[in-house]
Amino acid sequence: MPEFFQFLVSGLTVGAVYALVALGFTLVYSASDVVNFAQGEFVMLGGMVTVFVSTAGVPLPLAALIAVGVSIVIGLLLYWLAIAPARGASAISLIIITIGASIFLRGAAQIVFDKQFHKLPSFSGDTPVNLFGAAVQPQSFWVLGGAAVIVLLLYVFLERTLLGKAVLATAANRLAARLVGINTATIMALAFGGSAAIGGIAGILITPITLTSYDVGTQLALKGFAAAMLGGMGNPLGAVVGGLLLGSLEAFGAGYISSTYKDAFAFIVILVVLFTAPQGLFGRRAVERV
Amino acid sequence: MLARLSQRYGVLIALAAIIALLPLVFPSTYYYRVASLVWVSAFAAIGLNILMGKAGQVSLGHAGFFGIGAYAAAIGPAHLGLPSLAALVVGAGFSALLAYLVGRPILRLRGHYLAIATLGFGALVALVITTESHWTGGPDGMPVAKLSLFGWRAGGSGTWYWIAGGLLLGGAWIAFNLDETPTGRAFRALHDSEIAARVTGIDVNRFKLQAFVIAAVYASLAGSALAMMNGFVNPDQAGFLHSIELVTMVVLGGLGSVVGSIVGAAVLIMLPQFLTVFQEYENLLLGFIIIVSMIFMREGIVPTARRLISRGRA
Repeated sequence: MPEFFQFLVSGLTVGAVYALVALGFTLVYSASDVVNFAQGEFVMLGGMVTVFVSTAGVPLPLAALIAVGVSIVIGLLLYWLAIAPARGASAISLIIITIGASIFLRGAAQIVFDKQFHKLPSFSGDTPVNLFGAAVQPQSFWVLGGAAVIVLLLYVFLERTLLGKAVLATAANRLAARLVGINTATIMALAFGGSAAIGGIAGILITPITLTSYDVGTQLALKGFAAAMLGGMGNPLGAVVGGLLLGSLEAFGAGYISSTYKDAFAFIVILVVLFTAPQGLFGRRAVERV
Repeated sequence: MLARLSQRYGVLIALAAIIALLPLVFPSTYYYRVASLVWVSAFAAIGLNILMGKAGQVSLGHAGFFGIGAYAAAIGPAHLGLPSLAALVVGAGFSALLAYLVGRPILRLRGHYLAIATLGFGALVALVITTESHWTGGPDGMPVAKLSLFGWRAGGSGTWYWIAGGLLLGGAWIAFNLDETPTGRAFRALHDSEIAARVTGIDVNRFKLQAFVIAAVYASLAGSALAMMNGFVNPDQAGFLHSIELVTMVVLGGLGSVVGSIVGAAVLIMLPQFLTVFQEYENLLLGFIIIVSMIFMREGIVPTARRLISRGRA
């Protein structure tokens, strides 16, 4: 049984990061119909900027703040320079643009930073905490707690503020939103900036556990996209559940069955879920107009 | 109709002429190698374009089939005692069977859900190849026996240039002809609207599956050819990034355009060769060029060029 909790905690920790990346995918997709494959690069940026700014002598909390700021700026630039000019292009063309952006950001990171692996110190020491017989890294609580706070804040923002409701309105029907006076271009920029911030924070929280380097983004984008699809694209709750589920599946699969086929379990489950529920776990049925 | 027919053969003849005459301006064997790479990649892209451009279905895991073809050419002679050519056929057959079995459930999905399912399939193939190292050599890859036909062994960039060129010509010819068959028309119908196609009596699932199997066989043959040409395979050829590269070739060149796939492959293969001069900046420039060309030529290079030319005439 302690084994079970050990796998569960490590699975949920990684899953929380997947969930945050998936949340970024969902936010951007809801507001703009773009599947942003550069989403993983924000996680990379969050970690790498924090590492380099803090080694330059800046205290860690300030360095983290700067990293989030940089992520937001890059997210906004991505929208204004690459996505907005391509308005009206097909979904697949937009996907290729975001893949181009992800290659670009990776290339920029390898020049601005370097190609080494980097680590951040844990926020509150490395003494494991005993929980139901499982040794839990204190950083895991930071990751899980951070993810929970972000999800809560996002929920309050979307449901309780006027701007958040404008985001939901844009997601529901862009034309109708524009007709009632919502500036949908601003909302899309907001979605890109917000998802970049979420990705950046995820990168800062997870770097003490998993390390970071200029090329960690691709794998995270892949897992985040998978988590978002598992939950049902465009559904924030689905993204969170999908992410946590994906992380746990990997951890249990690796622990109980085979660690070399760790990534396989996640994809097998996704295929099985999609065969039985073609719109994901929480997705709406799409209706095609003829 | 006749005009289209002659236009089609015009394109094929032009392609044959380019393949035949290009070596006259090659200063070194290095150019033979790069050109052969372009021909092989273009062949795979043409196949994927039948699925994406004609039938309107996306696949983000097509490198899986490419990898199966490549490893068939490697494993057949090394572990099973098959001649290279037989291994190539077995690989293509296996890819077709797998595409048929996997495609049946997967192709019921739409849009992004189809994208993630194909991506998952590709990831699984790559994972099996990386893990089953006693068969595949694991992450390090494995050597591939040279192609030999009746005692004649194909080696050297020069020979492979002609084999790859011939393969491309054949692949382009089939893709062109497909357009004018009932199957090609059914692909176009379900590309425009699946429901409308179903209403007119087209068995939507059957034709989607057919396009998927055709694209898988193209990718598998390209994989085998590349493996035998390089004399070496590694798991990257089945990986996600290679799948993305193939999709980018198709979209950059122009969805639905056979010539577009060749142009897209040429751009994506040759660009990194030029950009190696810039060393560190290679990724940066590659990403930048992809973004800019997709913004300004959103239908792809060839359709955009065609539109500009016809506008100039009018």
